[in-house]
Amino acid sequence: MRKYLTFFKIRFANGLQYRAAAWAGVATQFAWGGMTLLMFWAFYQNGKNSFPMTFPELSSYIWLQQAFLALFMAWYFDNDIFSSVTSGNIAYELCRPVDIYAMWFIKNLAVRISRAVLRCMPILIVAIFLPKPFNISPPASVISGLFFLVSMALGLLVMVAFSMLIYISTFYTLSPLGIRILATSVIEFFAGGIIPIPFFPEKLQTVVQILPFASMQNTPFLIYNGYMGGSQIFWGILIQACWILGLVVLGKILMQMALKKVVVQGG
Amino acid sequence: MIELRDICKTFKVAKRNAGLGEAVKALFRREYSEIRALKNVSFKIDEGEMVGYIGPNGAGKSSTIKIMSGILTPDSGECVINGRVPWKERIEHVKEIGVVFGQRSQLWWDVPVVDSFELLKDIYRVDELSFRKNLNELTELLDIGEIIRTPARQLSLGQRMRCEIAASLLHNPRVLFLDEPTIGLDAVSKIAVRNFIRTINKERCTTVILTTHDMQDIEALTERILLIGKGKILLDGTLNELKKRNSTYKTLVVDYTGERIKTVSGLRVTKDLDGHVELVVDTTLLPVSQAIAIISSQVDVSDISVMGATAEEMVVSLYKEFEI
Repeated sequence: MRKYLTFFKIRFANGLQYRAAAWAGVATQFAWGGMTLLMFWAFYQNGKNSFPMTFPELSSYIWLQQAFLALFMAWYFDNDIFSSVTSGNIAYELCRPVDIYAMWFIKNLAVRISRAVLRCMPILIVAIFLPKPFNISPPASVISGLFFLVSMALGLLVMVAFSMLIYISTFYTLSPLGIRILATSVIEFFAGGIIPIPFFPEKLQTVVQILPFASMQNTPFLIYNGYMGGSQIFWGILIQACWILGLVVLGKILMQMALKKVVVQGG
Repeated sequence: MIELRDICKTFKVAKRNAGLGEAVKALFRREYSEIRALKNVSFKIDEGEMVGYIGPNGAGKSSTIKIMSGILTPDSGECVINGRVPWKERIEHVKEIGVVFGQRSQLWWDVPVVDSFELLKDIYRVDELSFRKNLNELTELLDIGEIIRTPARQLSLGQRMRCEIAASLLHNPRVLFLDEPTIGLDAVSKIAVRNFIRTINKERCTTVILTTHDMQDIEALTERILLIGKGKILLDGTLNELKKRNSTYKTLVVDYTGERIKTVSGLRVTKDLDGHVELVVDTTLLPVSQAIAIISSQVDVSDISVMGATAEEMVVSLYKEFEI
């Protein structure tokens, strides 16, 4: 376990040093969150009752999304991993006593967490003091708050487990670009990154809710703002846990198959 | 203990002719050709041996190394190293081996070399005490004490290669695979690397398998050589055996005083200086002993030495002999 902790520490420390990038990110996310809210505000003026959430609930959702963007961003991929496969440097990784799947997983976790740590606080603090109803409200209840934390951790694991599949696909396709672009837009849309899943047409929602994408940012944020309560929390977290298990097992199998017929590029 | 039996490996390679038209055609139908990189490769290497693995480019040297280090899975055949099958028990297996790929880098590009060493220490779970001891020893032997605080990207190739070799030995592996460790190095670095490899082999009893194109490496380091060509092991023997195989020509280096030497058939002068001469003897025409007798009957010999063909020449003639 210690060696994986070392990978985590290195990546984490590495991620913390880009302070300028973090400030730029914070600014962008403010602008983006503000614009999204103003857009929804315009729709809400037309008739509040036709929407599934109250506006304060939506505000909380949007600010959480902006604050923890780094945890759930679909477009982040570690280029070192892609290039190690396409250039053949994976040869060295394969002659280390480490599980490649676990190592890549940990590296991704570390980068996402380090970026989120730098960015979430400024956004959350400012969002608290914004005028009502554009501010972030406290969690719907203490229970919601606690389960939000659990569910966010699980959501991050779902996210990373899913992106592992994209990394592994490089063994088969050599150029990860196509799959990356496709996966990024699919994840972004079905995870509720563009509009929250409760705003989807009802029939679509029933399908989307059981897809892995809904288990990323959707579940924790909806638990936080109280849209999901009671037994829904339980089911949401159960689905998340199932997806983590499913995606990790699938990823490990695909990785094993890939390694069996791996060709080291470039002699 | 390393044992390979009937290892076969095939690669599928996509092929197309040059040109846009061909590229478009390849979108719809791609032609693959199968390359049989290794055909029934078998050999056995004992603990503590140092073996040179030679062959022309594309002969299958690197593929063999990659199979032995658990990176590639062969199509068929058996391979047991220290009682384990590398690709089946990869993680346990790699704890006991060290690998250097001369054309790649395992050092972390942006940070001082010593940071990469620390990371390797954690990866291999080397305890602090033996790590320190090992590191001191390696830095001294390889003369890298000055440079391990420099980021890897700022090192020269020779410096970097010495660090690479140190990196692969930090966990005290029982077997060391070196895939072209002296590629692109200058004479001084080459000698440093060779001396080091010899020391490690002697003192730690590390089994060393070395692929190279540099025949001086082979001459300086290995007793035993394996020649591979077109995926097959062609020869397995000591350097001396090989030399005997193709020793139809011997070189005589003679220091003498007296008249100029008169040559006979089978004896040819290649270098003629005042009092120093080098001659080539064709042993099918003239035994070496007779050649020496002829020379010493003519002049007063102060020093004479007989040399076989150099390894370089031998390998070229071997390649020719096996048509690879």
